[in-house]
Amino acid sequence: MRRPTRKTGMILAAGGMLASTLVFADVSVARQAELMSLLDQDCGSCHGLTRKGGLGPALTKEALAGKSPIMLREVILNGRPGTPMPPWKQFLSEPETDWLVQVLIEGKTDEKH
Amino acid sequence: MRNTERGFALRGIFTPTLTVPRQRGGNISSPSPRGRGLGEGGVIIVSMLALFGCATPRGTGDLGVVVERTSGTLQLVDTTGRAVFGRIEGLGDLSHATVVFSRDERYAYVFGRDGGLTKVDLLRGRIDKRIIQSGNSIGGAISQDGRFIAAANYTPGGVKVFRSDTLEQVADIPAMGADGKLSKVVGLIAAPGGRFVYSLYDAGEIWTLDVQDPAHPAVQKFTGVGKLPYDGLITPDGRYYIAGLFGEDGMALLDLWHPEQGVRRILDGYGKGVQPLPVYKMPHLEGWGFYGRYAFVPAVGHHEVLVIDTDSWRQAGAIPVHGQPVFVVGQPYSRYVWVNFAFPDNDTVQVIDVVTRRVVHELKPGKGVMFMEFTPRGENAWVSARDSDQVVVYDTASLQPLAQLASRNPSGIFFTPRAYKLGW
Repeated sequence: MRRPTRKTGMILAAGGMLASTLVFADVSVARQAELMSLLDQDCGSCHGLTRKGGLGPALTKEALAGKSPIMLREVILNGRPGTPMPPWKQFLSEPETDWLVQVLIEGKTDEKH
Repeated sequence: MRNTERGFALRGIFTPTLTVPRQRGGNISSPSPRGRGLGEGGVIIVSMLALFGCATPRGTGDLGVVVERTSGTLQLVDTTGRAVFGRIEGLGDLSHATVVFSRDERYAYVFGRDGGLTKVDLLRGRIDKRIIQSGNSIGGAISQDGRFIAAANYTPGGVKVFRSDTLEQVADIPAMGADGKLSKVVGLIAAPGGRFVYSLYDAGEIWTLDVQDPAHPAVQKFTGVGKLPYDGLITPDGRYYIAGLFGEDGMALLDLWHPEQGVRRILDGYGKGVQPLPVYKMPHLEGWGFYGRYAFVPAVGHHEVLVIDTDSWRQAGAIPVHGQPVFVVGQPYSRYVWVNFAFPDNDTVQVIDVVTRRVVHELKPGKGVMFMEFTPRGENAWVSARDSDQVVVYDTASLQPLAQLASRNPSGIFFTPRAYKLGW
């Protein structure tokens, strides 16, 4: 699985997520690998490994187009009451969540299908 | 997609009896996109000889498959030798993949998340047929008589039915709820009388589908069964279909002997007054352990296994466990049920004594324990540890590991004797 390149992250960040640029440094490379595994495996159990959705909605680049990163961070950290989406704040810091949001917005780079 | 990803690739990962090249260069390179014509390859012959020792006929009752979810591959395993003997590649997105078997135990039908339905020939070690039947699927079942495969789909929401021999589609039943919207289909099981039973997640309905005459499928609908049914099961006697409700404390029960009585609620108000914990992995119902009149089932949002009295369908107890249960599976011919857990407690398996209703053993097979499959007579348990890339085989008497098999992010493990259990 490929991570977003730092360069792209910076460009997107410059486009309105300046805070993320600053905090990306807080997510170590080793932790990024753990987060990718969490995203693929644990988020993937409801949203699909390819993020095309399952019991939970699709999280592809296209599906998330136009959604605000702030809202996505909020949903990941606090869940969506009334749906099976649980809060992840017990396991994710805000910088880590922002990094994941960035990964999601960029979309999969090794899409095969 | 590379050609080699479609066909059968023999890797010799954990096969002491196998003397074939280990390196990737030893894979079969198929000239066609679907791995057809592989039987002409000399490597297949080598593999068959290596697997079975000689070219004599071979039974399939001790075979099975391990789903490698991330790589979209399937390992072929032998429960007598406790070994992996091959790998099928090119099965697409296998997150949450399920597998059912033909009634002769030769073919495995793999339902992929991406709507792929693949018929795998266990004896030839290759894909027999593969279709993409929908955009997004959650699983399926094989009919009582083995003639039909039904797939439960999320996108577009509905059920499609295929001939099991050719995978030719014979029926398509969109899951249009009473609300007029297409619903995701979950908890599809095969029931007696050539029926399938399933739940509509968004609409909160349970449907039965009779495809004995596939040109005229007969659907019976039960509406308003409760919010967000997320999975279903059929009891071992084939009488009751039970759907778990995510949106409510309770479950929905349909008596297939008395469908005229409609769906009723059981375990109503379970957990009332207790704030449920966030659920990081939906529990599964298909593995419920049934012992006499009691069933042992996963609680939703609680660190408990529930004991249900199947005479009254009321809760008869709750057993505190390590985390939120995902599967609660009965060890065949024993007084034990095995339990695995949702994130973040998914490095543990607990064994419960159903007589004392206490946890009596705890195992640590690795990180990300996904699935437990017993050999049909219960002497061994195969447990997948997704994040440790291994499957551990336990002796259920001593609870000692007998073998540790290398596997890529293994999730589901399915053995061929499932062919003889109605439901899957």
